[in-house]
Amino acid sequence: MTSIDSGFEFSLNRVAAMVRRYWYLLRSSWPRILDLIYWPTVQMLMWGFLQMYVAQNAGFFARAGGVFIGSVLLWDILFRGQLGFSISFLEEMWSRNLANIMMSPLRPVEFISALMIMSVVRLAIGMVPVTLLAVAFFGFNLWSLGFALAAFFANLMMTGWSVGIFVSGLLLRNGMGAESLAWTIMFLFLPLTCVYYPVTVLPGWLQYVAWSLPPTYVFEGMRALLIEHVFRADLMIQALAFNVVLFAAASFAFLKLLQSARVHGTLLQAGE
Amino acid sequence: MDASNTSAVTVDRLVKLYKGVAAVDGISFRLAPGSITGLLGGNGAGKTTTIAMIMGLVTPTAGSVTVLSVKMPKERYRVLHRMNFESPYVDMPTRLTVRQNLSVFAQLYAVADIEARIAELAADLDLAEFLDRPNGKLSAGQKTRVSLAKAMLNKPEVLLLDEPTASLDPDTADWVRSRLERYRRANRATVLLASHNMNEVERLCERVIIMKRGRIEDDDTPERLLAHYGRETLEEVFLDVARGRDRQREAAQ
Repeated sequence: MTSIDSGFEFSLNRVAAMVRRYWYLLRSSWPRILDLIYWPTVQMLMWGFLQMYVAQNAGFFARAGGVFIGSVLLWDILFRGQLGFSISFLEEMWSRNLANIMMSPLRPVEFISALMIMSVVRLAIGMVPVTLLAVAFFGFNLWSLGFALAAFFANLMMTGWSVGIFVSGLLLRNGMGAESLAWTIMFLFLPLTCVYYPVTVLPGWLQYVAWSLPPTYVFEGMRALLIEHVFRADLMIQALAFNVVLFAAASFAFLKLLQSARVHGTLLQAGE
Repeated sequence: MDASNTSAVTVDRLVKLYKGVAAVDGISFRLAPGSITGLLGGNGAGKTTTIAMIMGLVTPTAGSVTVLSVKMPKERYRVLHRMNFESPYVDMPTRLTVRQNLSVFAQLYAVADIEARIAELAADLDLAEFLDRPNGKLSAGQKTRVSLAKAMLNKPEVLLLDEPTASLDPDTADWVRSRLERYRRANRATVLLASHNMNEVERLCERVIIMKRGRIEDDDTPERLLAHYGRETLEEVFLDVARGRDRQREAAQ
């Protein structure tokens, strides 16, 4: 624990307290745990069988084994990473506990750190069984990607956290009226980051937008690995650079929205 | 010496505007260490906004708040571990048990021996029988006692209470008041209590601040307020202030 300044102090103890709080909540309800697993499983099965079908009828897909399943699994890391962050934050608003948290000595950076840890925990609970089912059903082993998987995972999580941080700021400032954004905002990334097709499919002007989003580099990198069997480190470094900018911008926006929430008195209002 | 150094809480010309409308309109007061003060006022008088500004949850439009010589909300992290609050409008996670909730907050407030402190509060506030029950399955009275336990976990020097006995039956409310009084005496805590309940304020508070439309209408001991308004109870005083009778009387004189 370091104490540079009262406003910038970081306590692992307080982060651990918040993680413990979310863990108690998660384990108290089996439907919540089931919810983490069932939709990624449905998605993986659907895209896996589709891939089997097209592979039997098109030579290219026969060579590009696992691209659809790989895409859906990586998309779920991105989507579930953000959702895991946002749902933990929403729990505070649903239980009208936000004022208790905001009036405690917990710093915003500690709050965000706890939410980031919980997003990884929730993702692990949901995704590990699904990746094992992908091996059992389709012989696709995501874990065999090794270091590349670690690079994909780190970049996708960082984007998920950035979006989660920004949405949390909007919730603080606008209350539960902004809740639907937590569930839907990531779908804006689905067509633009080219999850299931290469960037070249997009119109020229839209390609500039796509290349400004970190996950685009990850999905391109995944296709390069599965189709051409080449790990594109350059794409991962570019994704990381964009992620650093995105994370800094989201953190800045969160602090500004928190400041605005204090000015407008919305921290006391848990409802609409 | 700066007066704020000798006061536990100093509120100086505090203003809060929401879209140009004054929720709090230039109020000033000081709370002496170890004192208990009632903040009285009708709905929309500005009590909750005042408490929220003292807690640092709301940024004032103008004026200043100092808590234990620390400026709020700018330097709030220097003092938040020395204060706490309770309000029926803020809840605790319903799916967690009482013990889990209290232990999480105890860790947030860096309480040294968490289990011992929870046991102490459980004995003091009579929580033992439902410590392992989810918060959502408690009665209103039990929830209030748990919220009070949370507010006392870190033995705060400044305790802010927003209608702590709202929705409680008279017997439970009386029981809660006795525990509050005991806590204040044992810990020399400074307590600011916003309430609609005149009996509660009359029984607990050595000083009463009456707010109306964001302003302080009166600020004195309960005895002097009764004498000033020529009334038997604070409830009658409150109704006089709410209906502007005192001003009418002064204007007539």
